[in-house]
Amino acid sequence: MLTETSTLRKADALPVPSTYDGVKALPKRDARTSKVNTELTTKRMAWVVQVYAVRDNQDRAAFAELFGYFAPRVKSFLMKSGASPDLAEECTQEVMATLWNKAHMFDPTKASVSTWIFTIARNRKIDILRKQRRPEPEDLPWGPEAEPDQADAIGLQQETEQLGQALATLPDEQRKLIERAYFGELTHSQIAAETGLPLGTIKSRIRLALDRLRHVMK
Amino acid sequence: MMNDMTKIKHHLTEPLLMGYAAGTLPEAFNLVVATHISMCDDCRAALAGYEAVGGEVMMDTAPVDVAEDALAATLALIESGKFADKPARVRTKNSVFPGPLQDYVDGDIDSLKWRKVGGGVSQLVLKTSKDASVRLLRIPAGTAVPDHGHRGTELTLVLQGAFTDSEDRFGAGDVEVANEDLHHTPVAEEGLDCICLAATDAPLRFNGLVPRIAQRFIGI
Repeated sequence: MLTETSTLRKADALPVPSTYDGVKALPKRDARTSKVNTELTTKRMAWVVQVYAVRDNQDRAAFAELFGYFAPRVKSFLMKSGASPDLAEECTQEVMATLWNKAHMFDPTKASVSTWIFTIARNRKIDILRKQRRPEPEDLPWGPEAEPDQADAIGLQQETEQLGQALATLPDEQRKLIERAYFGELTHSQIAAETGLPLGTIKSRIRLALDRLRHVMK
Repeated sequence: MMNDMTKIKHHLTEPLLMGYAAGTLPEAFNLVVATHISMCDDCRAALAGYEAVGGEVMMDTAPVDVAEDALAATLALIESGKFADKPARVRTKNSVFPGPLQDYVDGDIDSLKWRKVGGGVSQLVLKTSKDASVRLLRIPAGTAVPDHGHRGTELTLVLQGAFTDSEDRFGAGDVEVANEDLHHTPVAEEGLDCICLAATDAPLRFNGLVPRIAQRFIGI
């Protein structure tokens, strides 16, 4: 187990990209620390460092940290999406193995570790639970940055943290609709039938919730 | 990657982006979404936002205990190499068919086995899961597709050329999202043949008698 201090130290020690001399300086985000819980952003940066450790050193201790935090949440997501406990367990292990194998694809300027693991879990859900082929968009022509800009990475982790906090503070009825839409346990029409709310109301509540999230992110 | 696609005017809707992010759409719709995103940086960025929401929803769920030996089993799985990265299928650049579509069609516009559906229009039905269907449509320049309504949702993504209907003009990269309320007669513009990727979760409903009979035979 990493202690709190060693986590912090590791996050501080995030390797400064060798191209950080402005040669290909990307536009920097403003520091928005005033609105953000810095401790939680530090936690997110610690996950980034752990993914890097897996990528660069096949670091099993770092992987164990990620596993301990994310595997139970991936399993929960898969069960809420309709997987039996056994299937969810099997898929969770496959999702975490994919994290190891695709660590070189992770780009902290494009996604938080939580977002990235969610997309891996979502993909596995389509493969195994829905048994469909999975069309994926073309990669951008410039591909992942060899050395992502650290300020951009921190900015994105902060924004994702803000999003998570905004989601947690949505009114209950809105948050539940968003959750159910993501778990895919029910279609909008099924939710309408179950709650007795007209379909239009369901859709406008989801829209309202998303608008609220956007507003918080501004 | 198409660099002249800066003028996309008609984008994916919120439920489609959210459904793609959540992994709850039929395969046919996922194909249209992934193809549009390959052409549209705005929707690519929007999708990243919906995926971030998904990540936070996942983080917010009550964790469920994994098996006691889960970590060891996962490390064994990694060592087995069963989950090693597979090389992605090689995709052609600058094709009329963006990458995701190339995985579904074998060839380019003129080598495909188009089937005539009347009025000069041809189609090629792509194989997907059965909860919705998706086809390529080839509408000769200047030709109209018969007037039709929809029972469910129909997505029409323009890959080449352009069409105009009662709603607006749709050029390359534009996607029209039609529901039950829309009866339209898309007309392909002069110039290049209009090539579209069209997905629907219910059979189209043609208003003229002949197309409706034809529909039973050709399965539009």
